[in-house]
Amino acid sequence: MPETITERGSRSGAEAASGPRTDPGAAGPAPAQEAAFEAKIAADERIEPRDWMPDAYRATLVRQIAQHAHSEIIGMQPEANWLTRAPSLRRKAILLAKVQDEAGHGLYLYSAAETLGTGRDELLDKLHAGRQKYSSIFNYPTLTWADVGAIGWLVDGAAIINQVPLCRCSYGPYARAMVRICKEESFHQRQGYELLHTLAHGTPEQHAMAQDAVDRWWWPSLMMFGPPDDESAHSAQSMAWKIKRHSNDELRQRFVDICVPQAEILGLALPDPDLKWNEERGQHDFGAIDWAEFKEVLRGNGPCNDQRLDRRRRAHEDGAWVREAAAAYAAKRALGAAGPGEAA
Amino acid sequence: MSAGTTGTDSGADSGTAASPGAGEWPLWEVFVRSRRGLSHVHAGSLHAPDAAMALRNARDLYTRRQEGVSVWVVPSAAVTASSPDEKDPFFAPAADKPYRHPTFYDLPEGVRNL
Ligand SMILES: [Fe+2]
Ligand SMILES: [Fe+2]
Repeated sequence: MPETITERGSRSGAEAASGPRTDPGAAGPAPAQEAAFEAKIAADERIEPRDWMPDAYRATLVRQIAQHAHSEIIGMQPEANWLTRAPSLRRKAILLAKVQDEAGHGLYLYSAAETLGTGRDELLDKLHAGRQKYSSIFNYPTLTWADVGAIGWLVDGAAIINQVPLCRCSYGPYARAMVRICKEESFHQRQGYELLHTLAHGTPEQHAMAQDAVDRWWWPSLMMFGPPDDESAHSAQSMAWKIKRHSNDELRQRFVDICVPQAEILGLALPDPDLKWNEERGQHDFGAIDWAEFKEVLRGNGPCNDQRLDRRRRAHEDGAWVREAAAAYAAKRALGAAGPGEAA
Repeated sequence: MSAGTTGTDSGADSGTAASPGAGEWPLWEVFVRSRRGLSHVHAGSLHAPDAAMALRNARDLYTRRQEGVSVWVVPSAAVTASSPDEKDPFFAPAADKPYRHPTFYDLPEGVRNL
């Protein structure tokens, strides 16, 4: 289908849209283009890379997709911390597969961002320079093996709740990346739940370890849905553009309601004395979130911010020789293929 | 409206061929045949220095769960695509020819196997 192939028209499309196509310096987009864009959004059609789109729509998507991509690859670190110390070969193989999936998720998302005209290298540079963010959840440490379980259950669980509606996001490449990602996420959540369930039904020490992990990860997981609706800076416009389909508080509530019975089956407590069923609302009430902590972590003062970014930068620098060698080899082979006299 | 525009412009930041050390690796489009009897379908894209590496990366990125029995990789720069701007005129010739569909025709009562 031509439509899928145009995906990559992206680059030229992107450049054209911010450059010659809309006549930079002119007062603004042709009203017809803007109207066509709005009509597509209203009709719940997808916007594709080479379509005209408002600059602010493009910028919002680049920011969100980049932050999402960065979260996937930074998110590999806390769990990779336990790879060499997994308690069995089965658990190790599972964790390796999960961490590899997260790398894949990052790549799907960088690809989606690239269709908007921003190269992957540029996004990585911004991440390394601290100019683009990643989810603050990954700035918490993984202190015990049980944290691997808590992350799978709660962090991947919260990610799923956030991501499922993004499969219907108005921007085609982002929505398609999310479909692929969501298919892979449910294994992530289940392996974590199974791991925690095993610990929770093990020795008293193992049970305590599982409880401790849930105690530490519960509140940061609730923060993953972002600030409360009345303080969420970008929400209204993103909803209007159908990038976002549900409010932060709505998704957070959904997560709490799903987790409560799951915690009961685990035999673990959620660390919130105010958590209780509200018959009237048909939902759970829960305690106040410490938004001051959230802001501190976002500002760079979480337990592991420096460590995560430092590790990422080092990995990138240490891999430079591999990228250069592969490029040199490719160039040499291309030369050999071009000049018959030089072919080895 | 007759000539397609160049569909991709990965050359914009990666160079037309892999030039050692110079910026990002070129972009490739990945097509996966999920099982025998089906055609290859676009799965996504990736960066790789050459075709052989693009194939390996495509296997790791798009077929971790046996999603494919065959993979194609195509340099993104080699794709030619129709332009969204000329969408209407480009596809217009098909719009007023409903007689290309079997449902266009009235059949007499009682006719079978037609
Ligand atoms: Fe992920
Ligand atoms: Fe995940």
